[in-house]
Amino acid sequence: MAKKKKKYQVIVNQEACKGCNLCVEFCKPEVLRTSENLNKMGYNYAEPVAGKDCNGCMICTLVCPDLVLEVYYE
Amino acid sequence: MKLKNEWPKYYKKDVVTHYCPGCGHGIVHRIVAELLEEMDLGKRTIGVNPAGCAVLAYNYFDIDMIEAAHGRGTAIATGIKRARPDLFVLSYQGDGDLSAIGTAETIHSANRGEKFTVIFINNAVYGMTGGQMAPTSLIDQRTTTSPLGREPGVDGYPLHITDIVSEFKGVAYAERVSVSSPKNIRRTKKAIEIAFQTQVDDLGYSIIEVLSACPTNWKMDTIESCKWIDNVLSEEFPLGVLTDKRGQK
Ligand SMILES: Cc1ncc(C[n+]2csc(CCOP(=O)(O)OP(=O)(O)O)c2C)c(N)n1
Ligand code: SF4
Ligand code: SF4
Ligand code: SF4
Repeated sequence: MAKKKKKYQVIVNQEACKGCNLCVEFCKPEVLRTSENLNKMGYNYAEPVAGKDCNGCMICTLVCPDLVLEVYYE
Repeated sequence: MKLKNEWPKYYKKDVVTHYCPGCGHGIVHRIVAELLEEMDLGKRTIGVNPAGCAVLAYNYFDIDMIEAAHGRGTAIATGIKRARPDLFVLSYQGDGDLSAIGTAETIHSANRGEKFTVIFINNAVYGMTGGQMAPTSLIDQRTTTSPLGREPGVDGYPLHITDIVSEFKGVAYAERVSVSSPKNIRRTKKAIEIAFQTQVDDLGYSIIEVLSACPTNWKMDTIESCKWIDNVLSEEFPLGVLTDKRGQK
């Protein structure tokens, strides 16, 4: 039986994000980008790009200074 | 779906720190909180926080903490560790705090081989007070108190304080790391883990110097700041282990 490939999803806590862009810069598959919208603190927060697959590498959570990102899997 | 990265137990939840976007303090805080949990130390830890941008660290770490007067972190840590050697003691300090006003405390606590761990955030400026020159500022670095650049004839040379204390017999572990890339952040976590273990094993003083971004006072964006750490700051302050006396005692 073929092993089912794990699926990953990254979630951004929009209101806690300071828009520093570190996750956007270091996510190799370019799953994250900087939003054109501002959050309540006035920062352009990070957001996942529709159609791009997160590979669960956890680089974004490693570089984020503000614990804004959660990665889920199934 | 299941969560892959649980929130660290010893970091307060739903608190937005006062740190600027991309500030290295946040990355190091998270690493420390993760290790206090992974190494099962949080419940018996007392942290000492400095004057400097990390002055409010007690609002973020969910551990017992005490605020030190500027530069005096390792004097307070000495008192705590000597009175309660069963506790895990951590002094968190910036480069202005540790290598300018606190030089005497730093040198003598290290020379005495006090058995606690120092996390030393080197961002080459006084961050909190507006980016003044620190002993660690680079030659020609423009700061608010060296607007034309640091000039050795007037201001002296960048102070390598971790290198100095690493020569002392009482210092069991010293390493310089950085938080400028995923690879360097992983090494930072490993280095802090080794330093923590050095204290757990009662081997002596341990210090980890972290080259850490201050995009606000460097007047660079966050990505430029990471590159400046890699290409400029770590040329003056090379990364690596400075002393490692594990296995010698
Ligand atoms: C006795 C005393 N002198 C001066 C100050 C003002 N002061 C507060 S923080 C600071 C420098 C902090 O720089 P650093 O230790 O490099 O930490 P950073 O803010 O960069 O993290 C100074 C000079 C003070 N609080 N107490
Ligand atoms: S886990 Fe990896 S692939 Fe997924 S968003 Fe984060 S950095 Fe990108
Ligand atoms: S690293 Fe964190 S704070 Fe910075 S943009 Fe990404 S999610 Fe936001
Ligand atoms: S001034 Fe510098 S060290 Fe202080 S919070 Fe801002 S980026 Fe961090």
